[in-house]
Amino acid sequence: MAARAVKLTIDGKEVFAKPSDTILKAATENGIYIPTLCYLEGLSPYGGCRLCIVEVKGTPKPVTACTTPVSEGMEVITNSPLILKYRRQILELILAERIHVCSVCVANGSCELQSLASNLGVDHTNVQRNWRPLPLDSSHERLVIDHNRCIMCTRCIRVCDEIEGVHVLDIKGRGENSMIVIDLDEKWSDSYSCTSCGKCAAVCPVGAIYIKGKALAETKKKELPEFIVGRRRR
Amino acid sequence: MQVLKVRVATVWLSGCSGCHMSFLDQDEKIIELADKIEVVYSPIVDIKDFPEDVDVTLVEGAVANEEQLHQLKIIRERTKLLIAFGDCAVTGNVVALRNMFQDSVKEVLERAYVENVDYNRQYPTQVPKLLKNAHPLHEIVKVDFYLPGCPPSAELINYVLRELLDGRTPSLEGRFKFG
Repeated sequence: MAARAVKLTIDGKEVFAKPSDTILKAATENGIYIPTLCYLEGLSPYGGCRLCIVEVKGTPKPVTACTTPVSEGMEVITNSPLILKYRRQILELILAERIHVCSVCVANGSCELQSLASNLGVDHTNVQRNWRPLPLDSSHERLVIDHNRCIMCTRCIRVCDEIEGVHVLDIKGRGENSMIVIDLDEKWSDSYSCTSCGKCAAVCPVGAIYIKGKALAETKKKELPEFIVGRRRR
Repeated sequence: MQVLKVRVATVWLSGCSGCHMSFLDQDEKIIELADKIEVVYSPIVDIKDFPEDVDVTLVEGAVANEEQLHQLKIIRERTKLLIAFGDCAVTGNVVALRNMFQDSVKEVLERAYVENVDYNRQYPTQVPKLLKNAHPLHEIVKVDFYLPGCPPSAELINYVLRELLDGRTPSLEGRFKFG
């Protein structure tokens, strides 16, 4: 027997959801938009980018919609002035943390960070930009990782682990020193576990991992969520 | 009786002039603007000193040398509404990529005037000194409006100017694009 539906309100609209659903899923299914960056349908939620924060009545701090399950009688607000302000600040911090220069980036025009900045009205960063250079690994025959553009959303790690099933990629370090590593922090060309499938490049929301000599529009498939969800079912 | 026109200036700091090209790409819409604005200072206007009492100034480019630093402060004093015009002015963009080098001035000059040169290798001397880092405008002065893009499209420039001329604050949410 199906579990009883949960009733909650999102932005004043009464909606029903399965008890196992997250706030994000309930909102999306009811046509309410919540911006996301690290979340990708079909991968386990990570709650790292914090862009999907929402207010829940009775909870003192904003919560991430992608990881918080719905509950009976929950009152969710997705677009209060405070939430919008926080989201803009989060984007500013992401933009300032590493070297994001759209005009010379391979992802220019198909970048989720770039379009979110526009849609949320982040037209400049009040935080001074950090120009500390990070390495770039182009040793692999077809894949490149440029850490300067990475926003640590961990989509690549999750797709590599959960869909391709090899877990080549992971994180080293903490805070601003955290970085994606290949195997045990090796050169990509030296990796025995990498199957060169390119799923990491396909899910990268920015231009941090890309395929050599390929237009980003080709790399980033529009039907990606369907593909991942399909793979997961197999 | 002559109608008082809005006094507009455009300035070209460390940028590629692409934003100015995009400004000119407004094509025939510039003629409509010309009825309402007077361009009092610009790389395409033959005036040497930045005039007093400018209503709107579009500043293209990052602040990368001492002369620009000095110039921008004067521009701010004499301008009512200062617009950071294009990605270099808003973020530093390509101009600020040199900021990632430890000793950026020396490395950049070495690369441009010594390493890549076959004949007459020497640092330039008769030009303003480079600052240690290239800066977006708002790191130096107060900026009233940000118009990102590399370059901002002609339509966007036209939209912003028309909104301002009509006394409204342009809303760029979802309209602009970095890069």
